[in-house]
Amino acid sequence: MPAATEFNPEDPTAQPPLLAPDYRSTTKRAPSRPLVRIPQTLTETTGPAGGWDRLMGPAVQDLTRQHRGEPLGQRIVVSGRVLDEDDRPVAGTVVEVWQANAAGRYIHAADQWNAPLDPNFTGAGRVVTDAQGRYRFVTIRPGAYPWGNHRNAWRPEHIHFSLMGPAFATRLVTQMYFPGDPLIALDPIANTVPAAARDRLVSRFDIDTTEEFFALSYVFDIVLRGRRATPREE
Amino acid sequence: MGRQTPSQTVGPYFHYGLTWKGGADLTGGAGDLGARMDLIPPGHYVLNPGGGVRRPVRGEPVEIAGVVRDGDGQPVPDAMVEIWQADADGRYAPDGGPGGFIGFGRSATGKDGGFIFRTVKPGRVPGPGGRLQAPHVAIGVFGRGLLRRLATRLYFADDPATAGDPILALVPADRRTTLLARPEGPGRYRFDILLQGPGETVFFDL
Repeated sequence: MPAATEFNPEDPTAQPPLLAPDYRSTTKRAPSRPLVRIPQTLTETTGPAGGWDRLMGPAVQDLTRQHRGEPLGQRIVVSGRVLDEDDRPVAGTVVEVWQANAAGRYIHAADQWNAPLDPNFTGAGRVVTDAQGRYRFVTIRPGAYPWGNHRNAWRPEHIHFSLMGPAFATRLVTQMYFPGDPLIALDPIANTVPAAARDRLVSRFDIDTTEEFFALSYVFDIVLRGRRATPREE
Repeated sequence: MGRQTPSQTVGPYFHYGLTWKGGADLTGGAGDLGARMDLIPPGHYVLNPGGGVRRPVRGEPVEIAGVVRDGDGQPVPDAMVEIWQADADGRYAPDGGPGGFIGFGRSATGKDGGFIFRTVKPGRVPGPGGRLQAPHVAIGVFGRGLLRRLATRLYFADDPATAGDPILALVPADRRTTLLARPEGPGRYRFDILLQGPGETVFFDL
């Protein structure tokens, strides 16, 4: 049998547990039985890896140009690379983002907080990484918002990221935070991540890619599960 | 080692960012199946506004319907279910080729926790040691309160190969039924996902 490409396991020193009572929504939704370990077959080592336009429609990389006018808020560029654990770029994979507006309100019927909506901002984007694994969005900085998990619970400013990677096994959904945000240390969702890995969710302000008279720049690199070197013999 | 980006929940507001129109219809993609247009104000659906552009595909059409429930048995109205499967010939086609089948789909759950996928029954693909696996669909579940993607598999209860599947054999016998989609009429299957509690769906560590 030819050597199968397998992926490293999820790293327990990086990944949150499924049950985290301080984040109350986990208590009735986290599975109570242990996960069943299975080998990676062709099902797990393959995944959608192209045809994104056909599936989902064209890329939307500038979130400030989706409506008649420009959205209010601090214009920012968010860019970075998608890599595997061996620093290899993950090329041609889809990166999807969604976020609240500058006032901390989502354009979503379930978000009933009374901060204002912005008719010129939706907050959803999608791009495909280039050959070096790079992606880039133009957007506005999202606001913090209260979420009722506990008294005075406010989510830190964040942008949601969804990544496929090369296989079903490498799928990742995460959130990007902003440097220096005092709410991160108080946030039960960010704090489900082991302390040593928490900084990986915080983007880096970058003056070099900040664009003169246009936008501040934040860099957020994302590392997906890498390829396991050993061929499998069974 | 020690470099992976940590996972975080999709939260409750992913619908305008992830679930595209027709995402749950792998056989044609016309229409809104998989999306929750009721949650997005007019003018703010910016992803794939033209609807799905998949093409009809060969194979036995199947419809897979189910409900996601929590540990209290309550429907989960803000979950997202993703599927990945082979085509009818047992081939995984990452980009589908020109006009071909892409075995990837995505559906938000409705107010009733329900989801429906329209697809074709997958063929058999090789498994450990080159033995064939029974037809199956890989499933990922996301939602508010789920800090990581939950991975599981759907098998077809009425397929003669299911009982001999090498991966299903790794699941404790008394829990295997949680991975079986039950036939409910011609080409229609039922597959509920129970996140927690008695009858909890088996989730995998891949």
